[in-house]
Amino acid sequence: MKKQKNKLAGLQKRKAISGYLFISPFILGFLVFMFKPLMQSLWMSFCNVELGAASFNPVFQGIDNYIYAFTVDPEYNRLLVEEITRMMIYSLAIIVFSFFVALILNQKFKGRALVRAIFFLPVILSSGVILGLETDNQLMAALEQTIEQTASNVSITAALENILRTAGVGVRAFEKVFEIIDNIYDVAIASGIQIIIFLSGLQTISSSMYEAAEIEGCTKWESLWKITFPMISSLFLVNWIYTVIDFCMRSDNEVIEKIQDVMISQMKYGLASAMSWVYFVLILAFIGLSSVIISRGVYYYD
Amino acid sequence: MTNAKAKEKKSFWERNRLSGGYLLKKKMMNTGVSICRFILLFGMCFLILQPILNKISVSFMTEEDLYNPIVVSIPEHFTTENYLLAAELMNYSKAIVNSFVISLTIAVLQIAVCTLVGYGFARFNFPLKKFWFACVIMVILIPPQTISSSLFLHFRFFDVFGIFKLIKGETINLRGSVLPYYLMSGGCMGLKNGLYIFLIRQFFRNIPVDMEEAAYVDGCGTLKTFVCIMLPEAKPILTSCFLFAFVWQWTDGFYSKMFLGTTSLVSTGLARLVDSLGAYIQRLTGTLTTVSIAYSNCILATGTLMIIVPLIILYLFAQRAFVESISNSGIKM
Repeated sequence: MKKQKNKLAGLQKRKAISGYLFISPFILGFLVFMFKPLMQSLWMSFCNVELGAASFNPVFQGIDNYIYAFTVDPEYNRLLVEEITRMMIYSLAIIVFSFFVALILNQKFKGRALVRAIFFLPVILSSGVILGLETDNQLMAALEQTIEQTASNVSITAALENILRTAGVGVRAFEKVFEIIDNIYDVAIASGIQIIIFLSGLQTISSSMYEAAEIEGCTKWESLWKITFPMISSLFLVNWIYTVIDFCMRSDNEVIEKIQDVMISQMKYGLASAMSWVYFVLILAFIGLSSVIISRGVYYYD
Repeated sequence: MTNAKAKEKKSFWERNRLSGGYLLKKKMMNTGVSICRFILLFGMCFLILQPILNKISVSFMTEEDLYNPIVVSIPEHFTTENYLLAAELMNYSKAIVNSFVISLTIAVLQIAVCTLVGYGFARFNFPLKKFWFACVIMVILIPPQTISSSLFLHFRFFDVFGIFKLIKGETINLRGSVLPYYLMSGGCMGLKNGLYIFLIRQFFRNIPVDMEEAAYVDGCGTLKTFVCIMLPEAKPILTSCFLFAFVWQWTDGFYSKMFLGTTSLVSTGLARLVDSLGAYIQRLTGTLTTVSIAYSNCILATGTLMIIVPLIILYLFAQRAFVESISNSGIKM
């Protein structure tokens, strides 16, 4: 009996060793290229980094960099607040949009594969540098202006905006909604992966549930909220986190641009580290908080 | 013919009458829904495709067409000059070969390493497994920009435990060479590598363990089981991760700018295109002139098209691999 237990322990040990061998590239890479730079940049954020010819020497100076970033730097606070509110609003819009599109694409109709392929296209075409170029495309902006001028007040959204504005209903909230509607292209191109994830979730729901609900007299609208929503609620969490992260790493993110500018053009490594740490901690706190809130509403079927 | 039709129609109305109006209502409902759906989807597809179509039409226009208010989408003076100019400015023929080689090797390296790690996480139990997996999640979460300044210095004064300093008396400057990025990719710290590990692990976890156990019982070693049994099973997810790695590397600006700045790549070439256009025109005319916005955007559109054409071709052939395997990977929290 004892012998057998020993042998099992030996097998487990062997498996543990091979497990560690398998993940050893990650451990090495993590320690060398992630943990060390992370700690170093944390340390640097408290320092004034002087760049020499053959070395760099950080001089400890306390939280001066943080104070500088928040109180002296003219842009940083504003960019931070703007970027985080933009992130929240757009992430929400992206989730709603992709859920909606996934619901439509889950139905059966002709040309579904084509439509799916088109919706997934932006994942490939609007990544990296191309996205940054897309946003400051002045030709398009100029074109848009001409169109608006020639077709003044024909735009439905503009007319609606005017009506709601004069009615004076919750003006500020509506401003944001209109902003999103005007930038629906940004939302659409950022939601490729999310649509696919939702679709995969929708396809795992067995149709017998819907049938049972329909026989019991459940309308489509009710079964959307009572069956579809709970069944894929865990995917909302996945998508939410993915969207937020994706948004933070976009190349047209203004905070990131600011940090890069401080680092590369002004050579203030300490300040750049401090700025990126503040940003990182805020994002992490935001993701943590929102996932806790969302995971309360997540329903696990099995 | 008409008779048959009438008969059919009659039978429809007949059936409708028998069902108490339900059939007609349902049919009308369905038609309405599909019309609405068509309009919505058509609009959204157009929204996504329009910029590309717009770029195609702009890229064939001469400068005077850009200012001509009558010309909207079909150029009056058809030209391919823009392509030639953009190709020259981006150093296209060289950049595309570079980009291709780098993206391909990086993608292969990243996916090979991520597969090993993902398999390790999916199938083995070892102490501190949860901790290391939390580290993977952290890698996904940490924006690379947070550590960029420190990585920048890390490779500027590169050293392994002070060995080089001992031998040569100074650290090595690895900036501007390709090596750092290969090192990082080898350590799963490249672009979005945490995500690939996560996806691959998820996929391996969904494969039943029976086959592996059978292999173990038959005396197959761990590594051989992995290579002979598990890898062929995981082909779909590996293909799609590979395609993503390739495509994202192709268009990536951040890592390319940081580590591969001196190598001419399509992505960095595109990012610099407007500046190099300004320099080019200045060289041509000899005076300091600002390039008109319309013209520089026209060249930019052409350049963008030239970069995404290989990707579009890839997507046309591998569309299924891109879309299907993500939906099969069964992502759950």
